[in-house]
Amino acid sequence: MTVEKIRGDNENSDNFPVGLRVLAVDDDPICLKLLETLLRKCQYHVTTTSQARMALKMLRENKDRFDLVISDVHMPDMDGFKLLELVGLEMDLPVIMLSANGDPKLVMKGVTHGACDYLVKPVRIEELRNIWQHVIRRKKFDSRNQNKSAEHVKSHHASREGHGSATMGNADQSGKFNRKRKDEEDESEDNGNESEDPATQKKPRVVWSIELHRKFVAAVNQLGIEKAVPKRILDLMNVEGLTRENVASHLQKYRLYLKRISSVATQQANMVAALGVKDSPFMRIGPFEGLGDFRTLAGPGRLANAGLSPYTTGGMLGRLNTPANVNLHNLTPPALLQPTHAQNITAIGEMHPILSPTNQSPSLFQGMPSSLELDQLQQNKCSTGIVNFNAVDDSRMYTASNAFTDTGTAIGSSTSIVNGIQGTPVMLHGNSQQTLSGGGFGCHSSHNMTSFSLESLTAGVNGSSNLLDPGSIESCKVQPNSVLSTDPFHSQLPLNGVRENNFSNGSYLHNNPVDISTTMALPFEDSREMQCQESLVGNVQNITQTPSQKWCEQGQNYSHSSKTTFGSSDSYIPANGAVSPLSRSMGQDSEIFNQKTGMFINSRSTGGASNLMQKNENEKLATESRARSNENFLLEQPKSRGFVPRSYDSLDAMMNAMIKREQDEAIPNCDFGFDDYSFGAAM
Amino acid sequence: MEGHQLQHQAACMRKALFDQGYLDDQFLQLEDLEDEANPNFVEEVVKLYYSDSARFIRNIELTLDKNPFDFEKLDDIMHQFKGSSSSIGAKKLKTECTQFQEYCKIGNFEGCMRTFQEVKQEHAVLKKKLESYFQLARQAR
Repeated sequence: MTVEKIRGDNENSDNFPVGLRVLAVDDDPICLKLLETLLRKCQYHVTTTSQARMALKMLRENKDRFDLVISDVHMPDMDGFKLLELVGLEMDLPVIMLSANGDPKLVMKGVTHGACDYLVKPVRIEELRNIWQHVIRRKKFDSRNQNKSAEHVKSHHASREGHGSATMGNADQSGKFNRKRKDEEDESEDNGNESEDPATQKKPRVVWSIELHRKFVAAVNQLGIEKAVPKRILDLMNVEGLTRENVASHLQKYRLYLKRISSVATQQANMVAALGVKDSPFMRIGPFEGLGDFRTLAGPGRLANAGLSPYTTGGMLGRLNTPANVNLHNLTPPALLQPTHAQNITAIGEMHPILSPTNQSPSLFQGMPSSLELDQLQQNKCSTGIVNFNAVDDSRMYTASNAFTDTGTAIGSSTSIVNGIQGTPVMLHGNSQQTLSGGGFGCHSSHNMTSFSLESLTAGVNGSSNLLDPGSIESCKVQPNSVLSTDPFHSQLPLNGVRENNFSNGSYLHNNPVDISTTMALPFEDSREMQCQESLVGNVQNITQTPSQKWCEQGQNYSHSSKTTFGSSDSYIPANGAVSPLSRSMGQDSEIFNQKTGMFINSRSTGGASNLMQKNENEKLATESRARSNENFLLEQPKSRGFVPRSYDSLDAMMNAMIKREQDEAIPNCDFGFDDYSFGAAM
Repeated sequence: MEGHQLQHQAACMRKALFDQGYLDDQFLQLEDLEDEANPNFVEEVVKLYYSDSARFIRNIELTLDKNPFDFEKLDDIMHQFKGSSSSIGAKKLKTECTQFQEYCKIGNFEGCMRTFQEVKQEHAVLKKKLESYFQLARQAR
């Protein structure tokens, strides 16, 4: 092991990247020697060691001694990924993985564990010349995130709490929220103090690796999900460098996630957890592909699983929460949609239940990210959330339904969705429940879903199963104002519910859009808000915000399987009127939504849906929404479709937006925010 | 004259190594790293490689002798060996290593044994060639 003296900082800053201090770890002496020489050639300061433990020791001794760590994956004394996690957690330094094996799975593993790059041996000097960018990037984003997250946490909590109490109407839940808020606020304060000294006290970025999450889950289980408080969890986990705030935000996401997924979701949850919270870019990786899976699975509700895995991380979870409600199924019959924007908005307001998506979102996201391609979502801040949802919706819907059951909220819908989707128009009601009426989190969604689904169902919307059997949905009914009421959707609420979940099970498509918009109205600052807006568009246009692309894709995907999943996206149905923030997106959304719905409709019922859609008043809405709908969204879809698609769009949009939101790293607590969304609309 | 001749010979030998597929671009990278500060870098690395790789070969032999057969461990060792070999640019050797790993994955004992023999052979052949090359190159300097 050779050790080089560390030069002064002056040298580093003057001539960056010359003088970059790198720590190289590799058990293979040849590779190590080679690496050392290559790095020296780039004019970096190199310290080498063949043992991971020694490397950790050096890093712990002086956190400021190195700028970057390059580590081999395959080492005898410690797994390279483990080292990566630890370094990321404790020191928050950029870590580059090195391996002779360039298998994409391994590369993915590296990325999910937090590696900022993955090089394949033999390493070339050109690759090493650029590694300094990782250092810069991390420095920049870290300090920004830290401050932001602190702020966000506070604002989110506040908003969430307010909404939470309103929508939840559940003493326990509110209590929980309050408690959480307090914890989080405390944490934010702590963070605030910390961030005053970013240079000296860089908060380590938390990578919720599989191991870490496992510890977390173990702690939570030990305490009992109801009683699990961040502080206690943190103590139980006993992980160096983890703050209460980290745990709190992760807990939030986790709760939502649980809601979203039921037993099936467990696996997915793990995956999500494993992924950890990653930068949005990372999360974006989720691309639609997952969506595709969802679609196909949609029918049976299998999607949930498929989608979830790709889900990148908790971050997503958080955001997704809201969309989960997607259960849009409600294709809210034209009657519902009818209400011109204004109506919709109001309708949505009532709906608030849409919020429930939060519950779902966790599951939603899981599925979504992968499929939705978070990237796209990100584009539109909002849209992403929405988009995600859409995609997720499909899958989510299923899963969400399941998830909800977790909390016992009666997600029933989820299952019902599957059943219902088949074309039971009635289902819609139930669907909403999926959303998460789940308890703490935001079951709101449940309400939405049902309403939508009902509508959609009635519309004749392709059975997309979204509509959970009203019967099963009961739990969902909880929130949805009128929507859930089994009456199917027409009532408009479906939109609300739908929004959240974005699942918009297809059925939702039409009617929901209306509702969705309202929920969307929630003034989220995050992208989520945007998403809402989009969805709110009233036309149920897909939340256009979220990368319409996603939507479209989703829509398409949905179309196929549409059976069930459609609902979600459509749920977005921007309330147009209601949500001011949304309004922006709304206009466009409506378009998208229409298009989207069109998509759905087409694909699904092979025109069946479209027929429905057209019949629905949606047309009216559609047009409206169209104008409003955000550009992105599914515009492709035939606008002519009619309103039916609208609902979808909004749902999807919502979902996407939601997802996007989640993705946005900036808002770690975005997830929580979702609750707000739904609530917002409800208002 | 002699110097030139030797140099020329060394160059030819070097070219042959590349043409015959014994070495690849990575070797060029190693050569690039040679400068005043590291005049014999390539030779040093290769020497280091050979002393280290002997260890790998031995390990594999031991594992192959054991019963029951541990494919995973073999794959593991070979993976590291492959990493080293690719670092010095040993092209043919790298290919043989990959082949060996393939057999390990499907659990083909016979295939593993056979391929391992080839790996050993290639390893020895390359070693000889590189040694004579370096010798010539040093003389030619």
